[in-house]
Amino acid sequence: MKKLKVLAAMSGGVDSAVAAARAVDAGHDVVGVHLALSRMPGTLRTGSRGCCTIEDASDAWRACEMLGIPYYTWDFSERFQEEVVDDFIEEYAAGRTPNPCMRCNERIKFAALLERALALGFDAVVTGHYAKVIEGESGELELHRAADDAKDQSYVLGVLTAEQLKHSMFPLGDTPSKEMVRAEAAERGISVAQKPDSHDICFIPDGDTRGWLEEKIDMEDGPIYDTSGEQVGTHPGAQAFTIGQRRGLSIGKPAEDGKPRFVLEISPKDNAVVVGSREMLAVDRITGIRPSWAGAPIAEEATGAWFDCHVQVRAHAEPVPGRARVTTGDVDGTDAVVWEMELDETIQGVAPGQTAVVYQGTRVLGQATIHKSINAERLAHV
Amino acid sequence: MSRIYLDHAATTPVREAALEAFVSQAKRNGNASALHSAGRSVKFQVEDARDQLAATLDADPTEVLFTAGGTEADNLALKGLYWANQPNDVIVATGVEHPAVLETLEWLEAHENASLVFVDVTEEGFIDVAAFQTALEKYAGRIALATLMWANNEIGTIQPVEHVAELCQAAGVDFHVDAVQAFGSLPITFAPGMTTMALSGHKIGAPVGIGALLVRRDAKPVPVLHGGGQEREIRSGTIADALIVAFAAAAVEATQNLTAESSRLAGLRDQLIEAVQEHIPTAKLQGPTDPNYRLPTNVHFSFAGAEGDSLLFGLDMAGIESSTGSACNAGVSRPSHVILATGQDEPAARSTQRFSLGHTTTQEDIDSVIAALPGIYRAAADAGMAAEKSSIRTANSHR
Repeated sequence: MKKLKVLAAMSGGVDSAVAAARAVDAGHDVVGVHLALSRMPGTLRTGSRGCCTIEDASDAWRACEMLGIPYYTWDFSERFQEEVVDDFIEEYAAGRTPNPCMRCNERIKFAALLERALALGFDAVVTGHYAKVIEGESGELELHRAADDAKDQSYVLGVLTAEQLKHSMFPLGDTPSKEMVRAEAAERGISVAQKPDSHDICFIPDGDTRGWLEEKIDMEDGPIYDTSGEQVGTHPGAQAFTIGQRRGLSIGKPAEDGKPRFVLEISPKDNAVVVGSREMLAVDRITGIRPSWAGAPIAEEATGAWFDCHVQVRAHAEPVPGRARVTTGDVDGTDAVVWEMELDETIQGVAPGQTAVVYQGTRVLGQATIHKSINAERLAHV
Repeated sequence: MSRIYLDHAATTPVREAALEAFVSQAKRNGNASALHSAGRSVKFQVEDARDQLAATLDADPTEVLFTAGGTEADNLALKGLYWANQPNDVIVATGVEHPAVLETLEWLEAHENASLVFVDVTEEGFIDVAAFQTALEKYAGRIALATLMWANNEIGTIQPVEHVAELCQAAGVDFHVDAVQAFGSLPITFAPGMTTMALSGHKIGAPVGIGALLVRRDAKPVPVLHGGGQEREIRSGTIADALIVAFAAAAVEATQNLTAESSRLAGLRDQLIEAVQEHIPTAKLQGPTDPNYRLPTNVHFSFAGAEGDSLLFGLDMAGIESSTGSACNAGVSRPSHVILATGQDEPAARSTQRFSLGHTTTQEDIDSVIAALPGIYRAAADAGMAAEKSSIRTANSHR
């Protein structure tokens, strides 16, 4: 194996520490870098929320010392603010539901960090993501699901391009379970072995997305309509809702069927929210915009033919079987490349702005941002 | 690979004489405040050390109060004099002071109703003395104290503290001098008009954990720490005898050949400055251009276009230990408040690198830095440019 100069992105958590350790064991020349994503980090992590605290930076540094590799902190706070946090706010303000972790992978970890690493003489960036990069039959790199289905993170990496995959290493992809990674960390004497996993949105430390957005976006009270157009209540600002949301809706009038109602549609233009039954959330046709291939495109890109695939719309959603094709379509008044997806079963809670990742078996073909979704049978616009 | 240490302004290697003094004193038992023979013997060593330290500063031994370091000394002087001079509420300072001073002042403003008056500094970091005098006149009768650093820790600017002390004396205003960076690098004395002066041991070759506040005989800052009043009833805490004798030994050694040593270091400093200016024309020298008003140990540049992180990475990988010079948070350097206070913009304040020389610095060290720096700068500048000329197309990059 060729000895590479690799940069290990160290979050201060157990996964990235073990990933770096495995890169060292594999004989690579490894340097640990902690990404500072906030100018004013908190002192300590509380519970499983948030990251990039001073404690996390210190844990990352100690892991590097244990591994005998150099450690640095690099400041990406400005880029992170512009590319991830501001984008998150803009997307919500436009009534869409963004995935900031994907955005961070696309723009920060495998772009800003990778670019700087390449400029400073590194060959690749290694992270603790659970996913595999393997050489396909054609000799091109492919992105695949991790061995541990429960921990698989290929969804949030679905946005990576061939160029990015070429410089990425995920040493945890083959590990059968997360518990083995914890055990390995403990064996190696890495002190973060039992640190809780981080989840939720790192820049919203208390987990209150709505409260956080209310500080950033001017919100005004607006109407809640049912699908017949009748006003059934008032909301404190449409932008902080997500399609499929049930909590936080104060509806004065009970539904005729007595069942709970969910957000079906968000219209920031007239500050309106449309609600309806759970059944009305169900869709099986999705149009995705701004698509990208995770590696080489498949043959059907050129022909526009339908190809069998599975579609996954959230990090922990079940992949749903169906078909997809590459075509052109009208996107907000301009012709653009779009991916059309037809699912064999309906799924719920599909929101514009979310990412649809398209798989064939364990392989990630690529992704597109959800623009529209409908129920073919009902033809109800969502 | 032997490493080159050019971060003496952060801390400097412990001098052999200080280490020996520390070890031999640490082997003695006895609390310096105890009345038995062991205690008296320890106390004797401490008072001897106090005499030695005072002598290096032309101060009276009674004026020397040992503290745990420079930060504590600054806190005690600023809070203590502010409280002692109530109801006066104005504190006159500059924006280039060390965080031990600035953050203490901000605390007094937030919690004790202090009114802070910041006197302008020039782009080279010098206090505007006329503006200082104007402030003394404008706030006459309301001033609790004035404070000024003798030399700037980031950009090496030597302030006219003796002159400012005279102005304060004439105005009847208590004046605190933060001399942490100047002591051991410049010939300084506890001059007339100075009420208090902060010193730190580890900047001159004593171990970390010892400092001193010089306090005029007639000044009575209100204590910050209570419980025993060991140091003139102004500072409490068991007397750290081993650290104190080490501090005195370091002070004696650092000051005895000061003229020769300063001129040796100033020579190396100027070589490094000239080489950077020759090989990296876009680098901007921060601090005084006149070498006579710059610490002999300080070289500080803003490297336009180079990411500070990348520069530090390249230098450290090449075995050169330097610093951005400014405070950091979780390993991330904040934009330098000193550069901002001199009226420059944030890019200049974020691309700084300080090389600080000290008693172990050699000609070979400087030669090695001069050889390595241009290549490191180019790589860092490329990394800074990478975002713009990147070959990496991301999924939504046309957005």
